[in-house]
Amino acid sequence: MLTLEKVRYGDGGFSLEADLSLAPGRRVAIIGPSGAGKSTLLDLIAGFRRPEEGRVLWQGRDITDTAPDRRPVAMLFQENNLFPHLDLARNLGLALRPEGGRLWADERREVERALDRVGLKGYANRKPGALSGGQQSRAALARVLLQARPIIALDEPFAALGPALKGEMLELVRGVAGELGALVLMVSHDPEDAKRFADEVVLVDAGVAAAPVATRRLFADPPEALRRYLGS
Amino acid sequence: MAPRAVALSRGSAAAWAAGLAVAALTLGPVAAVLLRAGGWGDLGPGDWQALRFTLLQALASAGASVALAVPVARALARRRFRGRGALVALMGAPFILPVIVAVLGLIAVFGQNGLANGALRALGLPEMTIYGMHGVILAHVFFNLPLAVRLLLQGWLAIPAERFRLAASLGLSPWAMFRALEAPMLLRIAPGAFAVIFVICLSSFAVALTLGGGPRATTVELAIYQAVRFDFDLGRAALLSVIQLALALAAGLVALRLGAGSGFGAGLDRAHRRWDGQGPVARVLDGLWISLAAAFLLTPLGMVALRGLPGLAALGPGTWEAAVNSITVALVSTALCIAWALPLATRGGELVGLAGIALSPLVLGTGLFLIVRPYVNPFALALPVTMVVNALVALPFALRILRPEAEAVRAEYGCLALALGLSRWAWLRLVFLPRLRRPLGFAAGLTAALSMGDLGVIALFADPDRATLPLQVYRLMGSYQMQAAAGAALLLLLLSFGAFWIFDRGGRVNADA
Repeated sequence: MLTLEKVRYGDGGFSLEADLSLAPGRRVAIIGPSGAGKSTLLDLIAGFRRPEEGRVLWQGRDITDTAPDRRPVAMLFQENNLFPHLDLARNLGLALRPEGGRLWADERREVERALDRVGLKGYANRKPGALSGGQQSRAALARVLLQARPIIALDEPFAALGPALKGEMLELVRGVAGELGALVLMVSHDPEDAKRFADEVVLVDAGVAAAPVATRRLFADPPEALRRYLGS
Repeated sequence: MAPRAVALSRGSAAAWAAGLAVAALTLGPVAAVLLRAGGWGDLGPGDWQALRFTLLQALASAGASVALAVPVARALARRRFRGRGALVALMGAPFILPVIVAVLGLIAVFGQNGLANGALRALGLPEMTIYGMHGVILAHVFFNLPLAVRLLLQGWLAIPAERFRLAASLGLSPWAMFRALEAPMLLRIAPGAFAVIFVICLSSFAVALTLGGGPRATTVELAIYQAVRFDFDLGRAALLSVIQLALALAAGLVALRLGAGSGFGAGLDRAHRRWDGQGPVARVLDGLWISLAAAFLLTPLGMVALRGLPGLAALGPGTWEAAVNSITVALVSTALCIAWALPLATRGGELVGLAGIALSPLVLGTGLFLIVRPYVNPFALALPVTMVVNALVALPFALRILRPEAEAVRAEYGCLALALGLSRWAWLRLVFLPRLRRPLGFAAGLTAALSMGDLGVIALFADPDRATLPLQVYRLMGSYQMQAAAGAALLLLLLSFGAFWIFDRGGRVNADA
């Protein structure tokens, strides 16, 4: 279980509270109006922000003060997921060797397998600038595969892609997460993403991240906050 | 999205080390001169005269530079012609032009046997001399007119094109347009430009050393040098250093308040489409101003090349040795400056580095002289001290160039690096340095060129057996070996511009966008 136990975070006029648990292996969409704190919630889980109160727990272990790279989380950001001056092999290699050393032959093969899995066979020596936006997303996802963490956090990484490409990427994430058995947390402002992709939804609104609700049930009978957000 | 709150304090130990080193190397000499400074009674009438001259020549130099820059910048802002980009780029060149080289070029044009006097003689007019106050001012205008032009040009190009379109559609007269658009801009930019140039001219040493001198044309900096070298009166040198320090600090604070938006002038190569000033008179006048400015800047440089070429073949072993010293000094200063600048490329770091702007090389040199003298013969340390001082002096410029880019790299890739758990070394080697290649190359090029051409602290420390190339040129001039001096000056010019070019180019070749 990933548990946010009475977590409170404030920054100037902004504040966010969360008291919820998420089960391993689920796909969870985090939706809500912009500025509500969706990305902040992800940052608290990934370790880029520290809560003022409360604890973050994974499988009962307190990770509130654990550095981002020591957490069970692999994260895809909105942008800058790849270093533009390094080729894909080096970019992905950093997931295996964060100290930047050369890869062993078996590690190199592992990188190539990951690229193959996301449909980028033979792209190991290309730099991100030589790839399309969709291919860059795939490469970043291949790195998530290499990191093999039990939680995958997506901070709207596919927002810049067209609808067809985005659908493809979500399918790919579903596949990768399935192979890893990982819990997926996906921030989105598009309710369609949630319906298509997520088992559960965490609604963030008015400074509170609500406990997860099964997607179908949520949209069948939207609570007041969601109705306001959907505009219906 | 709000900036992520986790402090990406990578390399903070290095930042502290660099910050402490820079602070010690700047505050230490200041403390030394403050402690050593005698009472006001030590100052002779000549010293007060030097203070007066320093202020007067700085006022006149800054005033003339800004006044002349107005018509030149205006002409550049509204004319489009072939070579405009090159001319604007040339306006940046004096920054890395060794002072001694420019002085030789100016002597070739305005000196005793120069082009100007040749023309005056032919016309039967009285001859002019370049030595003394007006020579000092002339050289300062040569160096700072381009800076003033760039600052004002920036102001002109910052006036939105729509304003000029509106003025044209209203049919404003040139005078009305000047009052509505250009005068407010000038009132905003010119005081800052004046203040910056005033500060630069306050710390003038090499120009005063070569073209000034004597009781009527000695700056405070030159007086410090004379107190150390000729009178060996360290108490008076320290006291003069305190005066220089107070002057520069006060003027620097004023300049900072007036805030001329400096920077290194990106985007100055475009010109607005303008509807005014299309009449023949305006065209001719603009053309005249541009030609005059170009001739004023290019002729001395051309003369350095012309007179230096024959001398290049006959360079003595002393000159080659000095050239090797200069290259070594430049490379070590550059390495030192960049090593400090990288960890200090933050907001706080830039403040630390600013100390280098307020402290003139001569003041730093005097302080270091006082510090090391009890332990070693200062003259034996001429080259190492020059390396350190040159690195300190170039540091503010390097930080100005590196800081925005370094902050951008941290903002863009800091979180990713953190998420991947990159080690500090991997971050530096794989991300930070490769992403900073272009600004690093540019900053290193500037530092190397500045250090190569510096004629300041080396003059204070050097004994007859040791020289850098600028000092060697000065010595050759002093012994009236003008052909050898011209050859050495050309070599120095080639080395300075070459160093800049190589480093800057190194940052660009194969760099990823």
